[in-house]
Amino acid sequence: MNLPHNFPLRPFALGLVTVAFSAILFGRAQAGGSHYFPPVADPLVKEECGSCHLAFAPSMLPASSWQRMMANLKDHFGDDASVEPAVAASITDYLVNNAGDTGGRRYGDKLLRGVSGANAPLRITELPKWVREHRKVPDWEWKHKEVRTRANCTACHVDAAKGYYDE
Amino acid sequence: MNPLTLSHVLAAVLALSVSGAGIAGPREDQLVAYAAAAKAANPAFAGFSAARGKTLHTQSFGLGKPDTPACTSCHGNDPRGPGRTPAGKTVEAMALSVTPARYVDPAKVEKWFKRNCNEVLGRECSAQEKGDWLAFMVGQ
Repeated sequence: MNLPHNFPLRPFALGLVTVAFSAILFGRAQAGGSHYFPPVADPLVKEECGSCHLAFAPSMLPASSWQRMMANLKDHFGDDASVEPAVAASITDYLVNNAGDTGGRRYGDKLLRGVSGANAPLRITELPKWVREHRKVPDWEWKHKEVRTRANCTACHVDAAKGYYDE
Repeated sequence: MNPLTLSHVLAAVLALSVSGAGIAGPREDQLVAYAAAAKAANPAFAGFSAARGKTLHTQSFGLGKPDTPACTSCHGNDPRGPGRTPAGKTVEAMALSVTPARYVDPAKVEKWFKRNCNEVLGRECSAQEKGDWLAFMVGQ
């Protein structure tokens, strides 16, 4: 290479390293972007859906799923989570409007890839993308007394309540 | 006002002044309502008992869901300490001294009695049981 005699090689190399490193960070930040699901903002929904478990982000399921779930709170995964009809209607509105295939599409798009709204899946933890993302988590971790259920996002994703589900 | 109603009101006022609650709020109103219902169900009812409430809270019934034989299954053994739901959510302490904002929304109190009594006892709680339990937690 014919570099000028006084070419500032050291600063140049440092600059290159910095740019490369930034690119990696930026790439990661973008990847993290698909792991962001805006948390529930409605106080009523937060209270009613967030007493027993994390108030799951509406963008994690399609609108049809939320409708199906809210239609049977009497048997909510084995628990009676029924609320007053007016409260249920208000919660349903919020979830449906911010679902992963309506208002929350830009957040739920990747998670819901390959999921048909017609099937109205009820468990976020059975979505193909969810299963793929968690395939490396060993069985003993799920059984750990601080985890116990796949619905306990915050046990591993410390910022899940804020909407961040990075590793 | 007929004498019966008057005596009820007097009893309620007396109960409140004895319990040391300064002014009647929703919490006291709900206890008064539970007392009236308990009296209606059982004429021998002679007031709530925090001791009975404690037993209700700590006893293992095993009559509802297998996961929750007792109130303490989720609320923890110490009423002044936090509890945890099966899904890993922390439940603030039930003791009023630790969580003073509790028991001011009668509908919320009823909602949780209904759900939790069913989960632990396999049935709804009676007015007396609710009052006993509340009396225990308000005094904790």
